[in-house]
Amino acid sequence: MFRQLIGVLAQVEGDVGTIGKGLVYGLGAIGPGIGIGFLVGKAVEAMARQPEAAGMVRTTMFLGIAFVEALALFGFVLSFII
Amino acid sequence: MGALVGLLSFTKPPEGFEAPGTEIFETHCVIGSGDYCVNRASLLMILASVIVVALFLIAFRRPKLVPTGIQNAMESVVEFVRNGIALEVMGHDGLPWVPFLTTMFMFIFVNNIFEILPLIHFPTTSRMAIPPVLALLAYFLFIGAGIKAQGFRFFKESLFPPGVPTALYVLVTPIEFVSTFLVRPVTLTVRLLANMVAGHLILTIFFLGSAYLALQPATIPFAIPAFLLGVFLMTFEILVSVLQAYIFTILTAVYVGLAIHPEH
Repeated sequence: MFRQLIGVLAQVEGDVGTIGKGLVYGLGAIGPGIGIGFLVGKAVEAMARQPEAAGMVRTTMFLGIAFVEALALFGFVLSFII
Repeated sequence: MGALVGLLSFTKPPEGFEAPGTEIFETHCVIGSGDYCVNRASLLMILASVIVVALFLIAFRRPKLVPTGIQNAMESVVEFVRNGIALEVMGHDGLPWVPFLTTMFMFIFVNNIFEILPLIHFPTTSRMAIPPVLALLAYFLFIGAGIKAQGFRFFKESLFPPGVPTALYVLVTPIEFVSTFLVRPVTLTVRLLANMVAGHLILTIFFLGSAYLALQPATIPFAIPAFLLGVFLMTFEILVSVLQAYIFTILTAVYVGLAIHPEH
């Protein structure tokens, strides 16, 4: 399957490097996407269980998002560098 | 597989349309020439500082007991930074840091919001000039605050966290060193820079693309949704501008807070 895909990519005219850049960002976004999904879901759960702690949970959630999101952004920057 | 080839042929841009790349972030010299000159981005940075100073001066030069207009808006900003960032993250020790954090927040926010302001349309934080300086400022500030609060113990506590079995320091100390003293300024920089680069690129691509599609009568049905999605992305970029300013400020507060509160 993978070899076939390589064969198909070899037939594509134009800049194949563009597809590689797209793959770098696309693959790099999978993990952080799942991570942010879990993170916000759990944060909403916590806020629903304990609405009085919502402020603290929200701050921590944004912090967590910032750390996870950095990974996706590294992929984005890398797609320009390669 | 034939279908895949057909699908991939769509990835080629149509004839005559040049998708914008990173060259849209290059600006020309306005004053002077060579490598060290004042270009449009530098002028915008100066404008951003002037706007921030002017906003605070106008709002708080003659403060009224019952705030109106701009004083109201700026007081809500200060209150947001005080309650939402300083008190939330650093506790009561964070109150002396509120002026610095507010200035930082407003400066990043104004530089970000340039992305969607008419006639400017260029986020100055998308060039590798402002984010590293701000990140290094935060870096030296949290190291300085740690030294001031704990003395040399700051380095000992952050490199050799207490409560870890002695043998594990072989593993813990390099990780702590990299994550505290090397990765922090890099991630602060890249997070802000990449967000603004991505936003500016995607807005440019959407508006250039919809303008290109609108040239031919046959492709006008595609131009309209592309333009509408571009307008929607513009509102999304307002959210991103606020959020990135908030995240940069809150991370600075977290780093300083960790430095002045030793982990027992």
